[in-house]
Parts: sequence; C-alpha cells; structure tokens
Amino acid sequence: MEVETRHRSAQLPLAIEPRNPGMALDLDWLHAARANTPAIERRAASLPGRRTVKKEYQAAWLLRAITCIDLTTLSGDDTPGRVRRLCAKAAQPVRPDILQALGMGRITVGAVCVYHEMVAPAEAALAGTGIPVAAVSTGFPAGLSPFALRLAEIGESVAAGAAEIDIVISRRHVLTGDWQALYDEMRAFRAACGPAHVKAILATGELGTLRNVARASLVCMMAGADFIKTSTGKESVNATLPVSLVMVRAIRAYHARTGYRVGYKPAGGISKAKDALVYLSLIKEELGDRWLRPDLFRFGASSLLGDIERQLEHHVTGAYSAAWRHPMG
Amino acid sequence: MSVKEIFETMDYGPALESPAEALAWIDGHAGRFGQFIGGGFTEAGPGFESRNPASGAVLAVLSQATQGDVDAAVAAARKAQRGWETLGGPGRARHLYALARLLQKHARLFAVLESLDNGKPIRESRDIDIPLAQRHFYYHAGMAQLMEDALPEAQALGVCGQIIPWNFPLLMLSWKIAPALAMGNTVVLKPAEYTSLTALLFAEICLQAGLPKGVVNIVTGDGAVGEMLVAAEVDKIAFTGSTEVGRRIREATAGSGKALTLELGGKSPYIVFEDADLDSAIEGLVDAIWLNQGQVCCAGSRLLVQEGIAGDFHDRLRARMDKLRVGDPLDKCIDVGAIVDPVQLARIRALVDGNAAGETYRAACPLPGTGCFFPPTLITGLGPADPLMQEEIFGPVLVSTTFRTPAEAVELANNSRYGLAATLWTENVNLALDVVPKLAAGVVWVNATNLFDAAAPFGGVRESGFGREGGWEGLRAYTRPKGKRKPLKPLLPMTGAGRPAEALDRTAKLYVGGKQARPDSGYSRAVHGKSGALLGHAGLGSRKDVRNAVEAAQAAAGWGRTTGHLRAQILYYIAENLSARAAEFAARIDAMTGGRRGEKEVAASIQRLFTAAAWADKVDGRIGGVPIRGVALAMKEPVGIIGALCADEAPLLGLVSVMAPAIAMGNRVVLAASEPYPLAATDFYQVLDTSDVPGGVVNILTGHHGDLAPTLAAHLNVDSVWCFSSSDLSGAVERAAADNLKRTWVNDGMATDWYATDMTRFLAEATEVKTIWVPYGE
Repeated sequence: MEVETRHRSAQLPLAIEPRNPGMALDLDWLHAARANTPAIERRAASLPGRRTVKKEYQAAWLLRAITCIDLTTLSGDDTPGRVRRLCAKAAQPVRPDILQALGMGRITVGAVCVYHEMVAPAEAALAGTGIPVAAVSTGFPAGLSPFALRLAEIGESVAAGAAEIDIVISRRHVLTGDWQALYDEMRAFRAACGPAHVKAILATGELGTLRNVARASLVCMMAGADFIKTSTGKESVNATLPVSLVMVRAIRAYHARTGYRVGYKPAGGISKAKDALVYLSLIKEELGDRWLRPDLFRFGASSLLGDIERQLEHHVTGAYSAAWRHPMG
Repeated sequence: MSVKEIFETMDYGPALESPAEALAWIDGHAGRFGQFIGGGFTEAGPGFESRNPASGAVLAVLSQATQGDVDAAVAAARKAQRGWETLGGPGRARHLYALARLLQKHARLFAVLESLDNGKPIRESRDIDIPLAQRHFYYHAGMAQLMEDALPEAQALGVCGQIIPWNFPLLMLSWKIAPALAMGNTVVLKPAEYTSLTALLFAEICLQAGLPKGVVNIVTGDGAVGEMLVAAEVDKIAFTGSTEVGRRIREATAGSGKALTLELGGKSPYIVFEDADLDSAIEGLVDAIWLNQGQVCCAGSRLLVQEGIAGDFHDRLRARMDKLRVGDPLDKCIDVGAIVDPVQLARIRALVDGNAAGETYRAACPLPGTGCFFPPTLITGLGPADPLMQEEIFGPVLVSTTFRTPAEAVELANNSRYGLAATLWTENVNLALDVVPKLAAGVVWVNATNLFDAAAPFGGVRESGFGREGGWEGLRAYTRPKGKRKPLKPLLPMTGAGRPAEALDRTAKLYVGGKQARPDSGYSRAVHGKSGALLGHAGLGSRKDVRNAVEAAQAAAGWGRTTGHLRAQILYYIAENLSARAAEFAARIDAMTGGRRGEKEVAASIQRLFTAAAWADKVDGRIGGVPIRGVALAMKEPVGIIGALCADEAPLLGLVSVMAPAIAMGNRVVLAASEPYPLAATDFYQVLDTSDVPGGVVNILTGHHGDLAPTLAAHLNVDSVWCFSSSDLSGAVERAAADNLKRTWVNDGMATDWYATDMTRFLAEATEVKTIWVPYGE
C-alpha cells in the first residue's frame, strides 16, 4: 500500500469506479456456465455486418480506440532507448495537425505495457504524462516459474512503478478443472498487486473450449481481477471475436450479480482500424457505453495505432495515407 | 455532431446505403412496368402503386394483370416448355448458372431494391436474402446437370403457376423458379403486389442470361391475378403465403389433377431448456422473431422457457431488446426495418392491442416518426388458451409461456394447428435428440434458428402446408414419373339373387382397433359372385365407423416409435400367414371378381409384404451438404394416420400395396376396402390377427367409398388421405382435405399398375421429411 499512486491520475477515472473486491468462489455458478460455440461464432460473424460507423463517427470512434490502447512492446531485445521511443509515441499518438483538423484536444494511449526490466525506463519516460505503466508478470507468458517467484515479480514491478500488472493464470488449473487452485492463485496475485490494478490473462488460445474461457473468466473475477484479458500475444491463437463475446458476457453476468464492473482487454492480433471498430461495437452492444472507456476497456496491441493514424489522416484529407507520414513509436 | 462530441457519446450515427442505383433502374423504366410475358415486357396498363414502406414514397406504378395477360403468359410458358425440357439437363444447367452469376453481379442492386420495396434492413437483404437466392440457382444448376443421371425416372410436370409472398420476394422467387426450371418446367410467377420490383428486375436478368422466351413469365397484381393463375391451364400450383389463401387454393384445384405444394403459415415454438447457453439463445431470438420484422413464416414466435430460468431469461431478453435499432431499412446499422405495408401494420397493432393477457413489454428503442414501424415486443405470462399463443401475428411480437419438463415442452410445442418449424436450445445432446423427433414440424433447428440453404428441404406439416422446397426432396414437387397413365373405369359390384356359395355363413365385420366390429349403421350389403351366387355380406361403414377407426389409430401412436426391424418382422409374419392361406384367398378373389387371377394377386400381395418388410429399416435419411459446420439431416418420419380408399379392381393386392409400405414406415392406417369386392379385406384381418399386428395399426372398413371418403378426408386427426377408388372421388377428397390441409394422394381417375414392383412412390407418400439442423463445434 506504500506504493505511490501519482501515476493513476488524469487518464484513468478510477475514482468513479469502485474496484472489484472479488467474492467467494461459487462453483454452482461456474458449473452452470454455458458457451455454445457455433452460436457464439454466428453472433461474432454477423456483428460486423450489423454495426458500422461512418465519416465523423468513424473518426471519433478511432480516436476513442487510441485512448484504449495498451501500447505494447514485449521483445527480448527491448532496451531503455526503444522503450523511451514508444513512450514518446504513447504521449503523442496522433500527429497534432490531424488532431487539430478533427477539432480534438490532446489524447494519449491507455497505458504502455512492458516487461519488468523496462518498467523503470518507461516510468521515467512517462513522468508527467498521466499514462500508467503496465507490466506483464508472473512468469509471463507461460506462468510456470515457481509460485513464490511469480508473486515476488509482481511486488518488484509494483515497486518499480507499475500501476497495472498483467498476470498470466496457470492454464493447467483450467484444463484440469481445479477451479479452487485457480481462484487461490488469482487471489494471491491480486493481493500482491496491492493498489496496482490487475489484469488476468487467460491465454484463451490454450484453454481448449469456450466453456473453459467462460469459467476461467468467472473464477478470475470472483478472485478480484480488475480486468480480464484474452492472451499474452504469444499463443498461436490470440484475441478473437468469439472468445471476446464469451468473456464480455461473463463480465456482464458478473456485473449483474455483484454490481462491480470488470474491465476487458483483448490482446494480440488486432492490427486494423476496422477490427478495432468491430471490437468497440461488440463492447457497446454486449456491455454498454460505460465500458467504452480506458478504465474498463483496453486493446493490447502494437501495430494497431499505425493503421488508425492512416485512417484518421484519410478522414481529414480524403486521400489514402502512408505509414511513413506518421511518427513511429 | 462534432468529432469531439461523438468521442464522448460514442453514438453510431447514420450509415446509409445509397438508393441511387436502384432508383435509377426504376427511372429507366419511367417508373412503370408491364407484364413480363414471352421474353418481353408488355405495355404498362392500369394498376397500382408500389411504395417504400419506410417513407410511404411511391417507387413505381405496376400493372394489374388481366385475364388476357395471364392467358398469354400461360400460353407462352406452354409454348416454351417442350423446347426447354428437350434442351436437356446440361443445357438448362448453363442457363441456371448464368442466372446465378448475374444475380451475383447485380447483388447490391437487388439488395437495395429489395430493401426499398419491402422495408427489410439492408443488412438482411445484402447478407441473407440475395446470397441465398444466388445459392439456390447455383444449387439447382447442379440439379439440372444431374437430372438425367440421378433421376432417370423423373420428368417435368409442364407449366407451373407460382405465387409468392412479400416477405422474402427475391428469395421466394428463387425457391420457386430454380427447381422448376432445373427439372424442365416453365413458369408463370406472380409476385406479391407489395413487392414485385425485384421480380421485375429478375425478368431483365433472364433476358441478359439469354433464357429462351417464355421459360419465365412474370405477372403482377393482387390476389385476383393469383386466382386467375390458379384457374389457368397449368400443371402445377406452388404457393407460399397465408394458410387461409392456401386453403382456398386447395379447394379451387381439387379434382383438377394439378399438382400442388403449399408453404403456409406458422406459429413456431422456440424452446429454451434450463441447461441452454442463455445468452446465445437470446441472440437466437433476435434472428428468430426480429429478422425481417418478424414477417417470417417460420419465425420462432412462440417462446417456451423452462420455468426455473424464465425470470432470468426474460430479464436478459428485455435488456437485449432495448439494444435493437429500429429505423431506416437502408441504414447499415439497423436491426429492425419497416413493416411491409400500413395494412400489415394495422393488423399487428390490432392483434397486440386486442390482447389483455400477460405482460406486454415494448423495447425501449426509439422509432422513426413516420413510416410503417412497430417496436420489438415481448408478451410474457400467456397460456396456450390465449389467442396470441395460437394466432400467427406476422410481426415483431414474441409471445411466451413456461414449461416444467421436456415432455411438457413437447406437448406445448405441438399444441398448435401449425407445424412449420421449431427451435430448441440445450447443451444436452440426449435431450436434444430425444425432443427433435417428437416435434410436429418440418424443420427443427438445434441451438440455432432460421438457417436456410438450397440443400436442406424446407416445408411444413399440419396447416403449415405440404411439399418441400430445397434438396433432393424438393425436386419431387417439380417432377412426375415418366410414362402415360390409363383412365380407370368405375367398377360396379356384382349383382344376383343366387343361393349362398357356402353352407355356413361367415360373418364379415369391420376391423377396428384390432377387434372385429359391427358397422354402426347396422346395415350390410350382399356380395355376389359373377354368377350371382351370394358370397357373403359386408358391413356398410359410415361416419361413426370412420371416427372409431381413427380413434383406434390414434391410440396406436406407439407404432411410429417402434423400430424398423420390428415392423419388418411383423410384415414378414403377415406374409407368412397369408402364404399359408394363399389358396383360400385366391379362390375368394376369383369368386368375387369372376376372374382367374386370384392366385397371381395373392402371390403379388405376398411379394409386396416382403418388399415393404425389406424397406422397413432401409428408408434412410440424408445429410444435406449445407455450407455450415454442422449437419442438416433430412430425416424420414411417418406421416401419422393415413386414410386410404383402396383399389376396387385388386381387392387384396390393392389393399396390401397401400397398407404394407404405410405401416412399414410407422404409420397407422384406416383402409376402406375394395367397394365391389370387400371380402378379401375382411378375410385379411384374420391374417392380421394372427400376425402380431398391434390393435389400431391397421383398421379396415367396408362400405361405399362415396360415403367414407368425405368423412375420412375431412377428419382433422387424419394426416394424409390416399384415393385409389374407381369411383370418381379425387376432387371430393382434395376438397374435404382443405380444412386441415392434410396431404393427399389421389388417382385423378387414372389406373394404377398394382403389379409394378417399385415401391418408391408409396414410401415417399408414407413419409414426412423433417430437416434437422445441428450446428456443432466446441
């Protein structure tokens, strides 16, 4: 609790949304959870045809999408210099002349997401921007390092200034149906995070079934997750619309039962502006407008921003844009 | 709104599809259309306005076809038919393929025109109607290609009159025209007067595809034009529309020899079991009852929810309804468009306003200020006795009740005059597979709804009509067996005043419910041999005996659930016992008919029983090649209770030929024996008695066909009636059958070759096809 909270300021209206405290593990609820895969796939497939935004609406939605991006670098060759460059982009994600033409003030991305060793450089680079640093943790991406070390890793990152911790769950607990173990693990991670918000990465591409995704989502929320997140970006299948539908419906059910709003973060594979719009409409349809804010919704993405920038310039000029016209991160 | 404001509100905003191209097409015709006859448009005549229901704006002025137009269209079709048929399957396939390609090339024009004319959201016309229409032509191009190899015994019917509704204008046109053309028929099609524009655009496409003149003719107008078409010299009428009009068409075509298929109304149940994925089931309801504003014949309009989850389910459903967007059909972000016409809107409103039962919830979504719009509506807490649980509303109105057990769900689901479609949601495969066969419906969707494809037969039972569209089964509606038929002369009983042939009188009775029964009338008729000898007496069956026989058949419903193996064994046993008494039966036949073919007839009857036994466990269903991950099963089911007026000329073989395939497929039968020669049938029930046939499965009446036929055909608990009588009863049977729209199979006064061994047609008439969609995936 001694960790400074100065970083969670302007960008995130955390004060208005009480944190999910979690609840006792409710196995009856878990066992009643259903996810009919073909029906979910049909809904996901038809959604892009049912909802669309055009012209200034599209521009506004894309700007909103930017504010929900966790701008991410998770590479073995990350260096402080590389991270500083990314942080500069995070603070100025869109060229000022484009923003001006759109009549918009300053916007930033939702957070910068890095490995533990890059937390301190990111924290320094983002000082004064109001942008939080998110750290992937707990033996990311596989989560198979010793439990004590995983807990300790959270503590180290929080101490280094991370305001958000993206933990990975033990997939084996889901695959063997050991919900108590998953619950206990998540509880411990949440406690270790202290004031830092915790995002539970389910690694849905490794959970086998959508029903498992639904159950793992519920367990993590019962254990106090602030966000549930699809993927590490390292699985062979990352964020998909069907998986997202299952997870946001779990969030909706949890809110209906407890009154607490848990956030959602699809990560991996979302690289096109059009995809971002579909995700936003999915959230709007299934969860409601309140979730279309960075305190309850994030994209885990690295190349999405570039595509959105090009679309915004197109909106302003009427001409299709080129990548090199936009400052890189 | 500025970008900055939208950034805060995150509203959708307008996303309009341009109507410019479609309006330009109408302008290209100066906003007026004539009839499409013999490969060209006639001069526009007096007619009516076609309006955009979303705005009330006039789109075009259409012509009301005259009797002369209809005659000319039928004549053009008749003239073209032989050439079209003799062009051969592969030649026709080329044309159908060209039509499919052109539908694809002009996909957006068709979609926008459809939405303008009908009021359905552009999302639906673009993503559902038009692609399915294309698919239907591609699929049937293949059927034309394969016809000569795959259906060597089939030939075209001739000229088909086709009448389609306004809810899926181009799609219903495709369902009608593609299979008809593939099988070598030519058509005269009448689109609904509200929505004729895409049919007229299709007429242009036919010209572009180089279709021979007269193969497709389109006449526009209201129901009066439909009546002219029904009365015209056509070989078949195919109708999709209301049950009321379907019944009138059945009556009008009765006895005309015209083939008929009817795809009518519905009040399809949508069953949600407690172990379902409730959110997915709710999303399914959006596709079930809010697709096309609920103006869908197979709409899942009757929601049955298991009691324990009903409160939660209805709460979630109401929340989902509030998210629906109602408005301009050309907006790509709209879920529910305009009701097709003010007349339909008034009808929906009257039905909903006239209901005081239950709780009515109207979705909290804003409606446009003008145009034909009705809010998505849910009425909970109704019971089957409430009219809205029984009446088809044909609008965005869902009614709901609850059930306690799967058995009760089935009972509620089947408590309807209709039987078009059914939907059920459960994650339990045992429950699903148990419930599906018990539902009285032509189409069942498991964990999905309103899935359609050209490869999956579609059609209903009960008052939802008869016949199937799509798949191999759908082709039966547009073909007939090759060969010429001979007229059947009425066969009169022998008369005489001779002495009894046998010293000891044997009492021939009726056979009802496995027991011998005296006729209710208390009258009998003497049966004489050719020389005048008195062979015996046969009871004169009447109304009450028909009633008793159908009741006995109803009580034997368990027969339909027995295995094919068991039914085969019983049929073999009948054959065995008949064989043991072959000489006696042969002598009886010869005595009655005065002929010497008794022995041959008995032998053929024994063969017939063996053939039916052989088929009993071999009439397999089919898995349609539908483009989803899942299966569409075309499952064969018994029709139910079949009433048959058996052949007069072959007193034993005629009866056995009807009975054997019918009971082999699991039906129960009420058979009216040969009128002039009834005693073979009455001897035969002794054979049945000794062959383990459960009581009520076969019931045999004797008496005048003319007395029995109307009662049997009008009986609301009889599912199909067959007529092979030598009396001219085909018209009477078809007319009487109109009431509950039961299936009929009549001889139209033509002879049947009872010695032909192929049982295919009998088996088809003895089965119903249920299409079961089971998407899968974990």
